Amino acid sequence: MDLSFSPAEEAFRQEVRAFIAEAKPKLPKGLGAAESADRSKEDYLAWHKLLYKKGWVAPLWPKEYGGTGWNVTQRYIFNEETANAEMPTTLPFGLSMVAPVIFTFGNDEQKKKFLPRILSGEDWWCQGYSEPGSGSDLASLRTKAVREGDHYIVNGQKTWTTLAQFADWIFCLVRTDANVKQQEGITFLLIDMKTPGITVKPIIVLDGAHEVNEVFFDNVKVPVENRVGEENKGWTYAKFLLVNERSGIAGVARSKKAVQRLKEIGEAETIDGTPLIDDPDFARKVADLEIDLAALEFTELRTLAAESKGHMAGPESSILKIRGTEIQQRITELTVEAIGYYAYPNERGFGDNAAVGPDYAIGAAGHYFNMRKTSIYGGSNEIQRNIIAKAVLGL
Amino acid sequence: MDFSYTEEQTLLRNSVSKYLADNYKFEQWRKFTRSDLGRDAAHWKQFAELGLLAAPIAEEHGGLGGGAVESLIIMEEFGKALVVEPYVPTVVVGGGFFKHGGTDAQKSEWLGKIAAGETMLAFAFAEPKGRYNLADLSTTAKKSGSGYVINGQKAVVIGAPWADHFIVTARTAGGQRDEKGVSVFLVAKNAKGVSVRDYPTVDSLRASEVTFENAEGTLIGTADNGLPLIEQVVDEAIAASCAEATGCMKVLVDTTVEYSKTRKQFGVPIGKFQALQHRMVDMFVHYEQGVSITLMVTLKLAEEAAERAKAASAAKVTIGKGGRFVGQQAVQIHGGIGMTDELNVGHYFKRLTMLDTLFGSTDHHLKRYASLS
Ligand SMILES: Cc1cc2nc3c(=O)[nH]c(=O)nc-3n(C[C@H](O)[C@H](O)[C@H](O)COP(=O)(O)OP(=O)(O)OC[C@H]3O[C@@H](n4cnc5c(N)ncnc54)[C@H](O)[C@@H]3O)c2cc1C
Repeated sequence: MDLSFSPAEEAFRQEVRAFIAEAKPKLPKGLGAAESADRSKEDYLAWHKLLYKKGWVAPLWPKEYGGTGWNVTQRYIFNEETANAEMPTTLPFGLSMVAPVIFTFGNDEQKKKFLPRILSGEDWWCQGYSEPGSGSDLASLRTKAVREGDHYIVNGQKTWTTLAQFADWIFCLVRTDANVKQQEGITFLLIDMKTPGITVKPIIVLDGAHEVNEVFFDNVKVPVENRVGEENKGWTYAKFLLVNERSGIAGVARSKKAVQRLKEIGEAETIDGTPLIDDPDFARKVADLEIDLAALEFTELRTLAAESKGHMAGPESSILKIRGTEIQQRITELTVEAIGYYAYPNERGFGDNAAVGPDYAIGAAGHYFNMRKTSIYGGSNEIQRNIIAKAVLGL
Repeated sequence: MDFSYTEEQTLLRNSVSKYLADNYKFEQWRKFTRSDLGRDAAHWKQFAELGLLAAPIAEEHGGLGGGAVESLIIMEEFGKALVVEPYVPTVVVGGGFFKHGGTDAQKSEWLGKIAAGETMLAFAFAEPKGRYNLADLSTTAKKSGSGYVINGQKAVVIGAPWADHFIVTARTAGGQRDEKGVSVFLVAKNAKGVSVRDYPTVDSLRASEVTFENAEGTLIGTADNGLPLIEQVVDEAIAASCAEATGCMKVLVDTTVEYSKTRKQFGVPIGKFQALQHRMVDMFVHYEQGVSITLMVTLKLAEEAAERAKAASAAKVTIGKGGRFVGQQAVQIHGGIGMTDELNVGHYFKRLTMLDTLFGSTDHHLKRYASLS
């Protein structure tokens, strides 16, 4: 066991830093670390495109499809450096959700058609899993696909579809057999968002952003060649994707940076003239957070190390989702607390865009409200606990 | 011992809740909080007509002769409807300052106006660097002729865009944060030297940054010795705000329980899952504790200063913790729908979050309580 980095790894770190230093000025202004769904499509893609040019956009893909071929340590270093520099994140729907499904279960045609366009950012993907009646109980989904010759005819509704307003494609779970066990009648389809019969309606979330959508399907014709794998085997692919989604969700590097930001706010804010960070109550809360984060970081490293030895993460990876999101939420909550009264102003209401109060207060409350989503999506934290109870503890 | 409400008090609650149920529906609220004004001007007039603004004010000054219990009832109902009108700044804070500190002339003029709905006030006490210490003031007031001139900036003055007058805390003597040397003033918004920058808040209220540049003010209470008065009035405002928070919590508990009975996943209502049942029980417990402690502070407002202050801080802490839990869990148990702007749940969560900050956070009041024990 060893915690230190090899000279080669340190050299890699320098390479990443140099790239970031060069890339940062090329990004649109205001693309900070804080996630905000108010960006334009171009803003979202700016970082993706720079990474693509460099060949670094897909750390999780095998090399043959354009992945970086990085080992676990290199991925860790890359995440840490980009988080420290507060670079934007790339969107997961194409790169880390549908692409692994395509290169693991798709046919050659599909790999050739879709992977390069995901890599380049040419195609924007969204995730069509949840439905109004099927959230936690995803397998009960009802959007129906009926085979007619070499097409499926899709009818139904998806919801909570993140950023579908920009999407070129949606990957969908659809019901192809209603007369078998729920999990055995689901098919995984790739659907072109320009197909007639698709309607997208916005849903505004708590911070006022247009982040999610309802997506309606009215007799939408989908060529059979856009089915991934076999008919009625979609649940297997869907679950594979969900496990992938879960492991990325810990967000340790970003949380570390956010704690550093929180401490800076603690330096700037004062109680009776002394910095808030010196207030024992506040200092303890920050320390508590850092300690939780350290434990999570080493839990993640253990998982990654096991993975690099070929042990795929099992149901215990739910720990990463639970703790990762709880910590992210705690950071935003403490940030609002640290800011005090200047958390009140709603920056969306400033006609002239100039903030009142300190810069770090802008959007802090909205971010806190918004981050409540993290314990709901990606399999809610209750569902993650059910998974651990059942699959790990055998209860 | 008797915790029952009088017949008049029950009638008051019924009339507030009926008015709000008929005229202050969530869909209406969504519209008028997003309008330019940020509220529907008809409501304040109706509140006056219904006697809500007069309820806690003495009869000799045009009021109905009630007190803090009436404010508790009104604010609890207001909390349930997410009312945005400045009842606390105007009636509780403004009314409180005049009642406890005003001259006879100020009392009859201002308490009468408040009761009749002829004024809206805003309480300009917080400062960009002062955090929750009511004596940490950079705003100054200097005697000039028969009045005072005020200089300084006040932060996040809630209700200021609607107010015609501000109640302003300022330093008249001593150093920053000295307990002595604090005074309270009434300043007309249209006075020379007053400028405002208005904005909406995250919980759908309106607020302003208010700057005073040699603005003329009238003293309320005694010069240099205003802090005890301010603390008393703020404790009264805390009691009323805690009542508002319990109103918010009540709606969230009821709505969440109701939702969990109808929302089905895995073939059963989600309310059947024990993990969620226990969570909702805890929400309910927090709500009940909140109701209890709000009653406690309301009944202790007339006690001597230290006892009153302890009760107010105890209530603030209990409500702060409970409000956070109830707000977060209401969203969580609603799942995706709880995250939407379209559902009322998120708006109660936001209001509860901001009420924790108002008049001092949970941490601030824990410290204050400890220092008084
Ligand atoms: C901001 C946001 C973005 C999203 N983006 C996408 C997207 O891009 N694509 C997509 O397909 N979906 C997306 N989702 C949907 C998300 O995956 C669902 O919201 C989630 O699966 C929960 O489903 P639900 O909202 O229907 O809640 P429900 O399943 O109705 O759950 C309500 C509550 O009940 C609890 N619960 C349910 N079952 C149990 C149980 N057995 N035991 C204990 N508790 C239980 C839940 O944990 C939750 O607290 C997004 C959601 C949000 C909020």
